[in-house]
Amino acid sequence: MSKALRTNQAMPFITSAKPMWQSSLFFIILTALCLPFLEFDIALTSPMNELKQMFLGLVQPNFMIDGIMSAFVHTIVFAIQAVVISVVIGFFFAQLYAFQGIRYLMGFLRSIHELFWALILIQLFGLTTLTGVLALVIPFSATFARVFSEIQQETTKLNYHQIKGSHFSRFIYSTLPLAWPRLSSYCRYRLECALRASVVLGFIGLPTIGFQLEGYLKLGHYHEVAALIFLFIGLVLSMRFWVNRFTLPVLFLFSVIWLPPTASTDNTSELSHTEFEESKWQVENLNRFIGDITPAPLKKTANVEDTNSDNIAKPLHELWQWFYSLFETQILPGIGYTLLLGQFAFALSAISGLLLFPILSKHMIKRKYYRNVGHFALTSLRCLPELLLAFIALIILGPSLLPGILAIGIHNGALIAHLVGLHSNELNLRKDTSSAPNTYFFELLPRIYGQFLSFTLYRGETILRETAILGILGIPTLGFFIDSAFEEFRLDRAFLLILVSAFLNIIAEALATRCRKHIHTHKPSRAVSSLTLIRN
Amino acid sequence: MFKLENLNLHYGKKAVLSNINLEIKEGESVAVVGESASGKTTLMNHLYKLRPNQVAWCPQDEALVPSLSAFHNIYAGTLSEHRFLYNLRNLIRPYPHEYEKVERIAAALDLESALKTSVDQLSGGQKQRINIARAMIQKHAIFLADEPVSAQDDFHKVKIIKTITSSFNTCVFVFHDLDLALTCCQRIIGLAKGKILFDEHVSNVTKKQLSLVYSHHNTNLENLLV
Repeated sequence: MSKALRTNQAMPFITSAKPMWQSSLFFIILTALCLPFLEFDIALTSPMNELKQMFLGLVQPNFMIDGIMSAFVHTIVFAIQAVVISVVIGFFFAQLYAFQGIRYLMGFLRSIHELFWALILIQLFGLTTLTGVLALVIPFSATFARVFSEIQQETTKLNYHQIKGSHFSRFIYSTLPLAWPRLSSYCRYRLECALRASVVLGFIGLPTIGFQLEGYLKLGHYHEVAALIFLFIGLVLSMRFWVNRFTLPVLFLFSVIWLPPTASTDNTSELSHTEFEESKWQVENLNRFIGDITPAPLKKTANVEDTNSDNIAKPLHELWQWFYSLFETQILPGIGYTLLLGQFAFALSAISGLLLFPILSKHMIKRKYYRNVGHFALTSLRCLPELLLAFIALIILGPSLLPGILAIGIHNGALIAHLVGLHSNELNLRKDTSSAPNTYFFELLPRIYGQFLSFTLYRGETILRETAILGILGIPTLGFFIDSAFEEFRLDRAFLLILVSAFLNIIAEALATRCRKHIHTHKPSRAVSSLTLIRN
Repeated sequence: MFKLENLNLHYGKKAVLSNINLEIKEGESVAVVGESASGKTTLMNHLYKLRPNQVAWCPQDEALVPSLSAFHNIYAGTLSEHRFLYNLRNLIRPYPHEYEKVERIAAALDLESALKTSVDQLSGGQKQRINIARAMIQKHAIFLADEPVSAQDDFHKVKIIKTITSSFNTCVFVFHDLDLALTCCQRIIGLAKGKILFDEHVSNVTKKQLSLVYSHHNTNLENLLV
């Protein structure tokens, strides 16, 4: 070997993949550091028996379920009303997104999961349509505001600056038409999310199919569970046939007439299987709610009329003690488990996304028939709410972090695989590419990796939000302590814990954004459009 | 090596190649010339399909992997010669002897300094040479190339094509550059509207034949055939 060749070999590689490898390595090390804290106690003695029962349910679903129509209609009504209202509000705030205050407000509103919004709103409006719709509208509007504003920014402004006229005229003649395809495709995806979220609201008592699912799962009636799951998958898969720009206004109109988003529950009395309360919105509810969320030590002070100097230091001390005890026993362990579960779920999503995308890729699987089977499987996994998957995993594996990790990991992995698979089909490979494993590592992986990381980081923000809500199922994340506080009617604690969870999500979002900037992927235009499908 | 008899190819209802008859023998270097959409690329794709395992393929669309280094892109031409795990190891940490092998070919194409840089950071001309190197590293008897040097300067064009013809026994090129076809190849096939207009040894090609192929262009044919 000549000296010149040896010198050249010793030089480092300078590739654009370096930031991607650095980010990946960072997350691998982070996951490895979390490993010692992972507990894998499979508590249930006979998971095989449960699995057998579930399998029997899957092969013999029982569709004769009491109130099934009403549950489905509620699920759809909540989703449609929420999405239509959120689009309008979101679009309005997207135009004001340049203001920092609006950005922070939207960031805060979307950092609280819809389930937590529902738990708060139930205190104000009871188990009503208004609660169901508002619980979705608040975080969805904030998400729409962010995504609409990002789409508008990413859409080329070239035409905008070339046209003369008022801002509004230029907007409707340049930015809006260019952004329209992406805006509408994002709205369609968001309706799918709203249907899922609507199901999840059933787990806390609202009359969607989640309510029935939870009941049948607890009783071990898997024939009915399977029927509900199949119908829900059918509902999501058939969305493109029943949702379009012509049907959506009609559906919205009918849904508002049938179940107006008010706090009155008269129109839901037909739901004999639900425990809907007869409650009406009153101003006293708000006063009572504000009183309830005030920290307990401060409430005591407010009741004491005599306020001498001793009585100022004492409540402050009590407030500190109240906070410290909550911090030690709930906030700290809650954050720990939330982050732990989030990290492993994130890692599993990434791994399963990378492993599963080839089943959709025309470069890996030549026969379209097999790719369609893969597409169906991934869509089915993706359209089931994480909470439901976690519930099923919990029944099989018993209470530990594992069901939560599996549920979130598989759900998000399927979504990432779906988008990466579609992205890989847009690539044109050479005729002389080698066998499948070589194609995967030498052709596909290096080309899709930047996009894959962007997708995964976007999902990372959502994963942390979803992690917190798994607490509802007994996994000791922040959501577990929030749910317990609501059950014990300690709303002051619940409120503080929700704020902590929101703060955690805001930090995660900021970190993910930073990481994406570091990767600085070169995005082809089509890939950018699919990016919009994965946000939140 | 190739024998086509009455070949007709269609895209949907549109005929792209009609009644093609030609034979390419071992040891020949052939240039296919013609205007855009005359069927050159379709003909090359068809030739590739006839003997995919014997052809070193250099397509017009380089389709290189942007985030991989030039070394890895060139090495990718030899993936099928090795076991998968060997390839994977070489992707993570290149074997010195594989690096040397790639470097020898790169040196012939003035690419040594670019070997460790990812393709997305290189110029159009360098990418085209990497595409050629990726084909050259394959141990095959036939070299098929579609517009391989269109982004190179005149000096490099001739040098590169001569390097290829000296390394491969049989070569078929698609060229827009008639001068290059006349300088570096033994035989020229002229295509127009999917039909062969002429198929001659370079010494027998006439001005009239070339003017028929490029009837819509103002090519200075006088200078070419001096």
